[in-house]
Amino acid sequence: MEKVIQHNPDLVIIAENLTKRFGRFTAVDHISFEVKEGEIFGFLGANGAGKTTAMRMLSGLSIPTSGKGIVAGYDIGTQTELVKKNIGYMSQKFSLYDDLKVWENIELFGGIYGMKDAEIKEKTDKLMQLLDFENERNKLVGSLPLGFKQKLAFSVSIFHNPKVVFLDEPTGGVDPITRRQFWELIYDAASRGITIFVTTHYMDEAEYCDRVSIMVDGKIESLDTPKNLKKQFNVNNMDEVFQHLARKSTRKSD
Amino acid sequence: MKQLLSFIRKEFYHILRDKTTMLILLGIPIVQIILFGFALTTEVKNTQIAVLAPTNDDASQRIVDKLNASAYFDVTEHIHSTNEIQPIFRDAKAKLVVVFEDHFAEKIRHNGVAHIQLIADATDPNAATSFTFYATNIITGYQQELMGETKNPYQITPEVKMLYNPQMIGAFNFVPGVLGMILILICAMMTSIAIVREKEKGTMEILLVSPMKPIYTILSKITPYFVLSCINFATIMLLSVFVLKVPIAGSFLSLVVVSLLYIFVSLALGLLISTITNTQIAAMLISGMGLMIPVMLLSGMIFPIENMPLPLQIVSNIIPARWYIAAVKAVMIQGLGFSAILKEMGVLTLMATILVTISLKKFKVRLE
Repeated sequence: MEKVIQHNPDLVIIAENLTKRFGRFTAVDHISFEVKEGEIFGFLGANGAGKTTAMRMLSGLSIPTSGKGIVAGYDIGTQTELVKKNIGYMSQKFSLYDDLKVWENIELFGGIYGMKDAEIKEKTDKLMQLLDFENERNKLVGSLPLGFKQKLAFSVSIFHNPKVVFLDEPTGGVDPITRRQFWELIYDAASRGITIFVTTHYMDEAEYCDRVSIMVDGKIESLDTPKNLKKQFNVNNMDEVFQHLARKSTRKSD
Repeated sequence: MKQLLSFIRKEFYHILRDKTTMLILLGIPIVQIILFGFALTTEVKNTQIAVLAPTNDDASQRIVDKLNASAYFDVTEHIHSTNEIQPIFRDAKAKLVVVFEDHFAEKIRHNGVAHIQLIADATDPNAATSFTFYATNIITGYQQELMGETKNPYQITPEVKMLYNPQMIGAFNFVPGVLGMILILICAMMTSIAIVREKEKGTMEILLVSPMKPIYTILSKITPYFVLSCINFATIMLLSVFVLKVPIAGSFLSLVVVSLLYIFVSLALGLLISTITNTQIAAMLISGMGLMIPVMLLSGMIFPIENMPLPLQIVSNIIPARWYIAAVKAVMIQGLGFSAILKEMGVLTLMATILVTISLKKFKVRLE
């Protein structure tokens, strides 16, 4: 079922039969999906289902074994550099430097993404106001509470105004209130047209997404809005949807 | 360019904020130079000696005075019988006992032959060899004074000249050694740890996702340590010239050129270590065990390479410090020109090329 990739400007991520093999192990097995501009796309799956590998391919960290992917209008196989310029990324591990001050971290990443000094300064001021971080501006990031750090890390990952931001389990270890605040930031970014591609283990977060895909053993088992998925499996919440699908897995989780 | 500058600035923040590490890095050369220069020395100085002169005549007195007057010896004990010799050593009152025979001066004058016995504490064989050698020299010197008087027609006088280091100062040997060790320590160990730290903390992933070119990452990691190495090089040079009085006999420019090359080799080595390790501990162990010990033992810094068994001599060839130390000795101590260190420069250049090629390849592979 070959399909020609259409360069629809509204589609920010297009994956077509994207596959990654490590030796004889197929980590990601022919996955295909599309994500629209400004959409919050939840990428779910048990540990070892292939989420991180898929995300790495889409963000240019890993070259696909076969299949095609277009991110922010550029081919992930051949235009990696252009893809990198137009995406943001926040990893599972904390992704800022503890021994740099808040503003120094922002300045560093602004510089890495080639932003002008004046632009960095202006946006930093705005961001500090938005996050209510005025007093923390000159503090070392390492001295901030985890919730602050996560919010800052997210803000830094979209500081250069990328078309898409990839969030790899961004709220791990954060309390529910901070998680709530974190999602407010995500909604705000999405409303400004930034596409959000997020993996998570929290099923309440899955409910916040516009659409959710669930990966099982390297394949996408289901993809729809949370509402439709619940209807399809005739259950009350996303947790039950997930349980239902993840039970099929034959892979050992790591 | 903006990318690179932002990143280099960040690397400097890392180093400047970690004050303990920075102090250690800047302090190591000073401590080492002072330790090697004043405390850990193999030079013979003020060795305590005891004298047994049964007939206290002018000739034996003259020799004792000469011994005492030299910087090597202090006459601390005068004993009167052979029974007292053992206790002297047992109580560590002296390292050397000089025994004159009875009627020493008389026998020289009448028979032309008199005996002196030197009894040395050879617990430390090297030291014993050195100070008995100095004592013998002083006694021979007195003998020559006497010969001048009697006009012996047959004389062979060996005139020993210690080239490059006439006073046999140990600093001449260890300054190049310390230089070789410090530079490789700072460059290789610190660079590898700095890169691996990013891997360990997960920030490397962020850098790889960013449009930052890998070569920029490498360059900015290297820059601060390059600066630190240059500061250390300057510190060691200043200390050795002004505190230890080791002059730079040859061209300072040659010295700088070969040092820059060596720093480059060390940085490349650090880069290579960072590509094969994933934790800071592993990077530290590999650079500590894999570099420090071979550099100290096999580079000729402490033990002369010529004295090693053949297999070790062959191994010593792959140690960059060996070539660097040889080149520094040639330029700094022997005062030889640039043409004398072409071989060392060649070997170091070859090493740099190989190391940079491998590590750049490996660094790229990690991105796939």
